Amino acid sequence: MKIHEYQAKEILEKFDIPIQRGYPLDDKKDINSTIRKVQENFDTEAVIVKAQVHAGGRGKGGGVKYCATYEDAQNAANSILGMNLITHQTDPEGKKVNKILITEALDIKKEYYFAITFDRSKNCDVFIVSDEGGVDIEEVAKNSPEKIIKAWINDSENSLLNGINEIISKLSLEKYQNQIEDIFRKLYRCYYESDCSLLEINPLVITTDDDIIALDAKVNIDSNALFRHPEITSYRDKSEENPLELKASEYGLNYIKLDGNVGCMVNGAGLAMATMDIIKHYGGEPANFLDVGGAANVETIKNGFKIILSDRNVKSILINIFGGIVRCDRVANGVIQAVKELDLDASVVVRLQGTNADLAKKILDDSGINIISAETINEAAKKAVEAV
Amino acid sequence: MSILLDKNTSILVQGITGSEGLFHTEQMLNYNAKVLCGVTPGKGGQIVTNNQLPVFNSIKDAKKQFDIHATTIFVPPKFAAAAIIEAIEQNIKLIVCISEGIPVRDMIQVKNMLNKSSSILIGPNCPGIITAEESKIGITPGFICKKGSIGILSRSGTLTYEAIDQVVNIGLGLTTAVGIGGDPVIGSSMIDILKHFDADGETKGVVMIGEIGGNMENEAAKWIKDNMNKPVVSFIAGQTAPKGKRMGHAGAIISEGSETAEAKIAILKECGVTISNTVSEIGSTMKRIIG
Repeated sequence: MKIHEYQAKEILEKFDIPIQRGYPLDDKKDINSTIRKVQENFDTEAVIVKAQVHAGGRGKGGGVKYCATYEDAQNAANSILGMNLITHQTDPEGKKVNKILITEALDIKKEYYFAITFDRSKNCDVFIVSDEGGVDIEEVAKNSPEKIIKAWINDSENSLLNGINEIISKLSLEKYQNQIEDIFRKLYRCYYESDCSLLEINPLVITTDDDIIALDAKVNIDSNALFRHPEITSYRDKSEENPLELKASEYGLNYIKLDGNVGCMVNGAGLAMATMDIIKHYGGEPANFLDVGGAANVETIKNGFKIILSDRNVKSILINIFGGIVRCDRVANGVIQAVKELDLDASVVVRLQGTNADLAKKILDDSGINIISAETINEAAKKAVEAV
Repeated sequence: MSILLDKNTSILVQGITGSEGLFHTEQMLNYNAKVLCGVTPGKGGQIVTNNQLPVFNSIKDAKKQFDIHATTIFVPPKFAAAAIIEAIEQNIKLIVCISEGIPVRDMIQVKNMLNKSSSILIGPNCPGIITAEESKIGITPGFICKKGSIGILSRSGTLTYEAIDQVVNIGLGLTTAVGIGGDPVIGSSMIDILKHFDADGETKGVVMIGEIGGNMENEAAKWIKDNMNKPVVSFIAGQTAPKGKRMGHAGAIISEGSETAEAKIAILKECGVTISNTVSEIGSTMKRIIG
């Protein structure tokens, strides 16, 4: 799950990690009072106004502004709050800024990139640090990979300390040994105890007063672990999510909208991707990815139809189910109810295999509804593309 | 012969009293799997299924009455890691975790324990293991399998079934199919399973199904080139998958572009693995190369 910068900073603060301080707001009438509050509470004339959206590259897109004076801050806040922000990580049409964060401005001596994530190939966590902070780090990784320092951490105290020391030594930061050790330990504890899948600080800065401070924070949380973090669960901002994908997730479906006209409903992410691949192979364009998961029943299948049909481009629907946990008879009953209840313009190609597939075929045959059935995935994909 | 599982493998089911656990225990019994008993904490003393299987509160209790070689786990994700750890602590040789949605942090702890034990973990988030016409642990539909000469390993559950169906329909048949699971942290890697198939006398060829994400396929490709004595056919799902909308950069820096289907297919080809271009050609591609 993605969360906003100001929320990520609230989590960091709980772990006693120094952050660039500020206050979020979502109503233009609070702009003036919030700027004053930041200026007074943090003893700063200059402030930073930062758009709060679930996308990186906000600075380049005009969503982050340094403001030397109160008036500058008023102008920046009024223009950023409500603006449509386009960055390389948003959809081409951009994202509406519903919230901004106003923070203190700090005098910076040096900026670093810092991240902790899980490295699947090595089966352990990895610290990624670079002294090329504050810029597009993917460019740095591509053009000067030697500037990216990685230290892998397994579940032992020793490996954490060794990793931290390795980073300090490679960046020649011995002068800040104690501070860095303290902050990196806290960051790792925060990452570990909050079930983060990513904790990224870009930049982590050393100020002219030699304080080390997290200027920004991007935190992604392992959705499977949210049951033990009710306070983080409440951070979910549904206005940041695609409305159709959000609706699908409320139905327990994993849906991603694409640009084609062949809708598909499949069980299992692997088979769903393979189904999209073969639709394309036969000259069609998949309209979506939709994994109905392991608990498909009458309701989930009906809901799947509703989601697919919300996309006006869809001309045919391919249902490809190979039942293990999913029982095909449940799927068949869902298809029948959906076809009867929903006003279908699209043709429906159904291919059911696996647990209770024979029973499912009988249910579909006896129902008399208008569907095209197929035995193999090949046949199903061809028929779905032809039916467009 | 087969790998990991045969008709003599004695099996316990953790989470046997849940609806999925019970349904699939019955399916396993119908496939003549030697399921002896189940465990659900707090439900010890119950008797379930037509075979009158006893339910125990713990694996420790079950082991007092039964000699257990393998366990399969159908418990909710919150408790699944604890169930795996219980099985490791009780020295169960083969642990198959079907449960989906276990936090990564929990699985890292499981993996660390596993490395210090002699247990083999398959999964989580997988369909389990089936040895054709002998036994199954997990949820793979049994009736699609016929005994033969092909081994299958896959990160995706339903693609495992698809591959079984194809190698059976084309007349090659199956030795064992292993779904290793699609999560970031899993018990057994592709290489772990390839080693078993390479050593198995009955397996003449192996189907290896991968997908985008991670780089397990790339490591397997290199291992195959250096070690494998049998032909391997591979299919990689996700060739048309759109690039996910990402928030951070760290994942991209770590993967260095090797996680796409294109990159994986290129490495597999370089290492002498035959690629099935679409999901429907897995069986025919295998038939073509082993004749």
